[in-house]
Amino acid sequence: MTTTMDGRYGHLRRLRLLRHSLVLARRSLAKTARNPGAVINGVVTPALFLVLFVYLFGGAVAGSTGAYLQYLFPGILVMSAGLAGMLSTGVALTIDMRKGVFDRFRSLPIGRSAPLLGSLVADVVRYAAAVAILFGIGYLLGFRAQAGLPHALAAAALAIGFGFCLSWLTVLLAVLVRDENAVLAFSFFAFLPLQLGTSLAAPADTLPGWLRAWAQANPVTHVMDASRALLTGAPAGDSVALSLAWSAGLLVVFCPLAVLAYSRRQ
Amino acid sequence: MTYALQAEGLVKRFGRTTALAGLDLCAEPGTVLGVLGPNGAGKTTAIRVLATLARPDGGTARVHGLDVVRQAQQVRRLIALCGQHTTVDEELTGLGNLVMIGRLLDLPKADAVRRATGLLDRFELGDAAGRPVAGYSSGMRRRLDLAASLVGRPRVVFLDEPSVGLDPGRREDLWRIIRGLAAEGATVLLTTQYLEEADALADRVAVVDGGRTIAHGSPAELKRLVGGQAIAVRPARADDVDAVMSIMAGVAGRRPERVNRHEVVVPVEGDGAVVAMMQRFRGAGIPVSELSLRLPSLDEAFLALTGTRRRVEDNQDSSEVAA
Repeated sequence: MTTTMDGRYGHLRRLRLLRHSLVLARRSLAKTARNPGAVINGVVTPALFLVLFVYLFGGAVAGSTGAYLQYLFPGILVMSAGLAGMLSTGVALTIDMRKGVFDRFRSLPIGRSAPLLGSLVADVVRYAAAVAILFGIGYLLGFRAQAGLPHALAAAALAIGFGFCLSWLTVLLAVLVRDENAVLAFSFFAFLPLQLGTSLAAPADTLPGWLRAWAQANPVTHVMDASRALLTGAPAGDSVALSLAWSAGLLVVFCPLAVLAYSRRQ
Repeated sequence: MTYALQAEGLVKRFGRTTALAGLDLCAEPGTVLGVLGPNGAGKTTAIRVLATLARPDGGTARVHGLDVVRQAQQVRRLIALCGQHTTVDEELTGLGNLVMIGRLLDLPKADAVRRATGLLDRFELGDAAGRPVAGYSSGMRRRLDLAASLVGRPRVVFLDEPSVGLDPGRREDLWRIIRGLAAEGATVLLTTQYLEEADALADRVAVVDGGRTIAHGSPAELKRLVGGQAIAVRPARADDVDAVMSIMAGVAGRRPERVNRHEVVVPVEGDGAVVAMMQRFRGAGIPVSELSLRLPSLDEAFLALTGTRRRVEDNQDSSEVAA
């Protein structure tokens, strides 16, 4: 009876997959609530950069700390979501695999991708928390979203969406190497060029030639530009479209690869 | 009849290593099958294939007649796995862990809580139900892990070296639980390196070495297969030991071995030896405080089985071992 149900009613099966994913997402969030390291990492590092840059260089770069905060904050927001994306799911996955937790899940009659989906759904919640906390810090420092609330929400969504799509790269890596230290090392080494080699601290066209070339090719730059445009009303150019295209591209390439590698893993 | 578990000629390779080289196993419903073997014999790999976690490269495996590869999802409704490492979440409470498994098995919330509470009580974890697992002792974790695998009322339970790291008292508790599972009709496959454990729990034992089943039977059959029953004699007076030894040698036709100051053992063939020996002792007027016929321990059986096989292989490339 169960076979015909599973086979004939595909939507029922998808509904079960969704429900199982949500149960596992709750597991992941409950773990975070007790052990909020990943979220703290995703907040503290960007917040440190924010405070350091604003008060150390703000006066020199933009004339006043207040003006520099307006420039810097949108990029820091993207850094936060991207960092959380590179850290949480990949690391949690390798730990679960090493401890045999996923073996238990995979011996249950649930969809093979449910643990993966659950972890990623929980990630979106974690990014949202990190972004919300960062907005709070920014507000306390004096940052104001000048383009209004809908635009601010759009900027947050864009940053979270990009973080989510980028996280599939670390998920793929985690499934392939199965070692949380390797995932952490990768995230650390990728952090500098990916997050700092951008328009984060200063507009890309003020950077020296080689760095400008990299920053303009770096998708994170587009997302930071888009975030800046949405939050402060700076000229957007094609940054929003490019951000969406890059997010979609990362997702389309790395999501199927990660799912394939994951379900083939024995 | 349909076996609860049946594996035929299972082959599994990892790169150039062959973990399973044609493994055969079977277990009737409601029995305990002990899979006994040294480290690296292929026990865990066999469990991973039977529990649908790894695809075999050859052979077939069925759980209640369902193929573990083609009907994996249906097999998963019947089985539960309890691996070598505890897989419960440290950050969640004992209750939280079990309720989550229940929810993944499509139990409604209230049923999941009821089932979890029942299991926690049964495993004497009721008092700790609301505490995070991080504060549990290793014995409590292991019991919670076992409870987690029973949430779905599985018909076949796989236990991979369940008593590793448990102190003896806790091991007895675990054994009681495992016997209880079989008594309720579940089929249990447990791997172990402890011969004592297989002897105490298993209805049938499969001895596995080098990815193959080298012997299969009840513990008693295995002991017989290895042969070598022995008679142990304890003379009442220590001075009689030499006389006892010569009588034993006369009946058995070989030199007895003195195990300790008071006990002499000699291997015998046939059941007549016990009676013959008793008559000779009486005739010689030697009082004997104990005389018993001993089957070899599973330990000896295992050594004999794997040892013989190794020696046969060794003979092919070196003649030194032949002696």
